[in-house]
Amino acid sequence: MTNAGFILGSYALTFGSIVIFAWRTVKVGKRLSADISDEDKPWL
Amino acid sequence: MSSPSRLQVARVVFAKDVRIERRSKVLTSQIMPFAVVTLVLFAFALDGDVILQRTAPGLVWLAMLFSSMIIVQRSFALETADGALDALRVAGADMSAVFWGKCFALVIQLLVLELVLLAGAIVMYGIELRGSGVVLLVTSSISATCGLSAVSTIYAGLASGVRGRESLLPLLVLPVASPVLIGATRAAEAAFGTGGTVVSEGWPWLGVLSVFAVVFGFGGSLAFGPLIDD
Amino acid sequence: MTIDTPASTTASSVRGTSTPATRVLGVLSIAMTLWLGVFGLLLSPADRDQGDAVRIMYVHVPSVWLAYLAFIVTAFASAVHLFGRRHSLQADRVAGASAEIGVVFMAVTLVTGMLWGRITWGVYWQWDARLTTTALLFISYVGYLAVRGLEGSREQRARRSAIVGLLAVLEVPLVHWSVKLWRSLHQEATVLGTDLDVSLDGLMLFSLFVGVVAFTLLFLWLLLHRSRMLTMIDLSAESGLDTALAQRRAEGGASV
Repeated sequence: MTNAGFILGSYALTFGSIVIFAWRTVKVGKRLSADISDEDKPWL
Repeated sequence: MSSPSRLQVARVVFAKDVRIERRSKVLTSQIMPFAVVTLVLFAFALDGDVILQRTAPGLVWLAMLFSSMIIVQRSFALETADGALDALRVAGADMSAVFWGKCFALVIQLLVLELVLLAGAIVMYGIELRGSGVVLLVTSSISATCGLSAVSTIYAGLASGVRGRESLLPLLVLPVASPVLIGATRAAEAAFGTGGTVVSEGWPWLGVLSVFAVVFGFGGSLAFGPLIDD
Repeated sequence: MTIDTPASTTASSVRGTSTPATRVLGVLSIAMTLWLGVFGLLLSPADRDQGDAVRIMYVHVPSVWLAYLAFIVTAFASAVHLFGRRHSLQADRVAGASAEIGVVFMAVTLVTGMLWGRITWGVYWQWDARLTTTALLFISYVGYLAVRGLEGSREQRARRSAIVGLLAVLEVPLVHWSVKLWRSLHQEATVLGTDLDVSLDGLMLFSLFVGVVAFTLLFLWLLLHRSRMLTMIDLSAESGLDTALAQRRAEGGASV
């Protein structure tokens, strides 16, 4: 594969950003969730 | 007493802003010198008569854009310092009329600044205005200034009275105002004949600038009420 | 000193922002994204002209699709907040969550686009209408998020940001039009040819399709989680204020 660094870099960047962003979202959600009663969570 | 019409409100706000400016002379004593210094600094940075001649229209409009940020900040700092905007709202003034008043006061100030900057560029950068380009230059400058004022007034109204607005305003205005910079610069290049351009190349840009001014003028007068009204 | 807050008196689960529906969505989007990786990097053929560089397209195009989708959702939710009769704060949170997702994916889009451009055009950046509009839109939405972070009540935040979100919609066509007109007057722009469009064969088109589906599912998953997260941030700011007020009152009562 020519330009493998650029190509794999693009994939790594895209998937890496998704994983970090999703991970942070879920983690913050879990942390906040502990302090908030279930009645205030309309999605449950 | 009947409540004043929109036009009256707009006129009062406009006259008030112009009067404040005439008495305080901030435009002439602070902002114009700043704009001229910017022109001088561009000359230092770009180093060369040919480059300066080629880039003069763009440099004039960049200086305009940056100076306009200062003017519009000031225009709204005046309002929020004494809660004047809230007072107007409580008094039941039509907010879209206030928008038009402030916007046109800004247009006048910016046009004055533009004259100074153009004169500065003609003197310092050695560009020459052709007779055939005058109409294009005047019309494109006026419509660009209207568009720039409308956008600045909207976002300055939004950020008025909020901490951190000084740094936020350019971030909000400059990306939106980029068509103004592109259009006004290209139109001015055509008017001056920079880089061998002919005047007719400038007319499409007048279209862009006018559409921009109309879109954000009406957008602003619709949005200004809800923005201030909280 | 013990103060009863609503949070400490009622039981709360530690399930966070997930529900059965988001779990299904999450599993689906992970599966589709892995599939995208396999198709994009291994199964799809190299392009006749671009060679392997075309593989960047399978992550670039779905990201830009997701980013613009996110901004459309932001604008739509802003309109629902502003023009809806209830001025729903939930719509405002959806708008905010969507803009956050959009900014992340716009950044990814810009960087992967630059890498792709470096291979195919030899330069990272071109002043092409699509690129320039995307970059300015990215900055505008960074500004939108800054507006969301301004002080003020939640209603103020919602109204301000809704207006900024809708004004950004006016910005896109004007910027695109002006840059396009600008570049069309400059003949040198056509030398490099900014068209990244490639002739797609069946498998390439299918890989792209997999990417778009994967990222759409991913967007829905992220949007659900993130808007729930923003709801809880608002709630905890509120209960934090209640706690602080209760503490102040307790102190005041003790000192009198």
